[in-house]
Amino acid sequence: MNIIVCVKQIPDPETPAASFKVDEAAKKVIPAQGIAPVVNPYDPQATEAALRLKDADGGGKITVISLGPDTARDAIKHALAMGADEGVLISDPAFASIDNFQTAAALAAAIEKVGDADLILMGRAAADWDMGVVPAGVGQILGLPVVTVAKGIEKDGDGLTVTRVLDDGFQTVKAPLPAIVSVSNEFGEPRYPQLRQIMMAAKKTVQVWSAADLGIDTGASVMPLEALYQPKVESNVEIIEGDTPEEKARNLAQKLRAAKLV
Amino acid sequence: MAGILVVAEKNEGEITPASFELLGAARQLADQGGGSVSALIAGSAADASTLIAHGADAAFTSAAPEDSLAEVLLPAVEAAVSQSGADIVLISMSSLGRDLGPALAFRAKSGVAMDCTALAIEGGKLRATRSCYGGNARAEHTWAGGLQIATVKAKTYDALPADGGRSGAVSAIDAIGEARIKVVGVEKATAEGVKLEDAEVVVSGGRGLGDPSGFQSLETLAGTFKQAAVGASRAACDLGWYPPSQQVGLTGKVVSPNLYIAVAISGASQHMAGMGGAKNIVAINRDADCNMVKVSRFAIIEDYKKVLPALIEEIKKLG
Repeated sequence: MNIIVCVKQIPDPETPAASFKVDEAAKKVIPAQGIAPVVNPYDPQATEAALRLKDADGGGKITVISLGPDTARDAIKHALAMGADEGVLISDPAFASIDNFQTAAALAAAIEKVGDADLILMGRAAADWDMGVVPAGVGQILGLPVVTVAKGIEKDGDGLTVTRVLDDGFQTVKAPLPAIVSVSNEFGEPRYPQLRQIMMAAKKTVQVWSAADLGIDTGASVMPLEALYQPKVESNVEIIEGDTPEEKARNLAQKLRAAKLV
Repeated sequence: MAGILVVAEKNEGEITPASFELLGAARQLADQGGGSVSALIAGSAADASTLIAHGADAAFTSAAPEDSLAEVLLPAVEAAVSQSGADIVLISMSSLGRDLGPALAFRAKSGVAMDCTALAIEGGKLRATRSCYGGNARAEHTWAGGLQIATVKAKTYDALPADGGRSGAVSAIDAIGEARIKVVGVEKATAEGVKLEDAEVVVSGGRGLGDPSGFQSLETLAGTFKQAAVGASRAACDLGWYPPSQQVGLTGKVVSPNLYIAVAISGASQHMAGMGGAKNIVAINRDADCNMVKVSRFAIIEDYKKVLPALIEEIKKLG
């Protein structure tokens, strides 16, 4: 079974809020000093799903695709260290500030160029923009069924059985292949690359494709970003005072009672 | 002709509360010059009348099953857009809407703003506001000319009371999509004790607890409330201090309790994304400058180990 996993590198969501800054004029997030970008936290689960399916199937190849700047190579290397076979970095100055819709078009073109994929896996959303539209977009562009928010994926004859996380429970669906499946955090813990695997991953091939290599022009944004800003946090915090920790605790309990919270 | 199409949904035979909220949102946009409001529902003519009573000017019904996946319902939505002349489509941020919004957008070669928290008509165009970067930033979008599609966060808009005096045309739409994906089973979530998402009070701990035994104190504190559950930050779960099922945050559970007690949690966006909707936040932290303290209603600046035993006793006394 040939599987393609799409991964994204994003600013670390564990970045302290105080270090998060937006350049409002440029409508861009200013990278926090000294905090390296990370793999989107949902994506290792997608890679984990690919590895389990490949193991169960006993063959095939896992190709990891990421669209981003040169540093996005680290996100690919992480998946390769987990056990994926090959990587493709889609990188082009023309893609520097494209949106989710243009990203879907570029990924769809890359998926076709890799070719022969039985299954395309992605994280349920990227934790930076948190839109979750790329799986559906690639599905529409390639004409493939899309199953979202998966917590379990199993090969089932010629297709897949997928358990989805709904708002109020779970749903089991059967989908034909090829298909696109987005994987949720409920899938379970992804394996952690060992040092030896990290060293082996360094030897695996990562091709770099440009817009010209993919033969696409992503065009203008269909949904322009008009403003990006940090919401004003009006701190109305009441610091509970007291001479001792016990007195502070007593004062807090009184405040909670007065506010009918206890 | 400009107009707004609301995609209403049913769950277990009932029109969802979020559908009525969408109609409330659509009426506000209509008042700002958004045009007339139509609604589509996979349901009966009676459902269509209910939607009209709650704010729609006209309604479409589809014979698709109420639990249809996006690919089945999509052609009906496209037909309703075309028949109503709508240039704005509002969809709930539900399990269905999560899939339907993007599918409709890519088919229409336009964009969709997901999980919007504010909508307005400005200069005849929709302007949508949404949260991103784990709640650290807000983004505002307009559309470059294509169909303006937005999924709307639940409880963002108020539903209007039913007005039986309202009337409007109801028409049936036959278009239905092929089900390539077949639903073979559904299981409603059940949990032992109080579910994190349903809890009125959530007591959460982070890496700042210093060691896993801190969670025992949090469980005791939670035990002093009636509908309380214990949560944890991702950092604490990653350290193995508490089960991942109890993680609150971007990659965990999203909770909006009446009271959220954050113990030794600094408030990175990963965590805030899961509890930013809490109505009252209490922080217990040694760092007076951390984000969690800033967003709190009450805070104690202290080592939690010195405060919690006394707090547990004081709350027990009040109970």
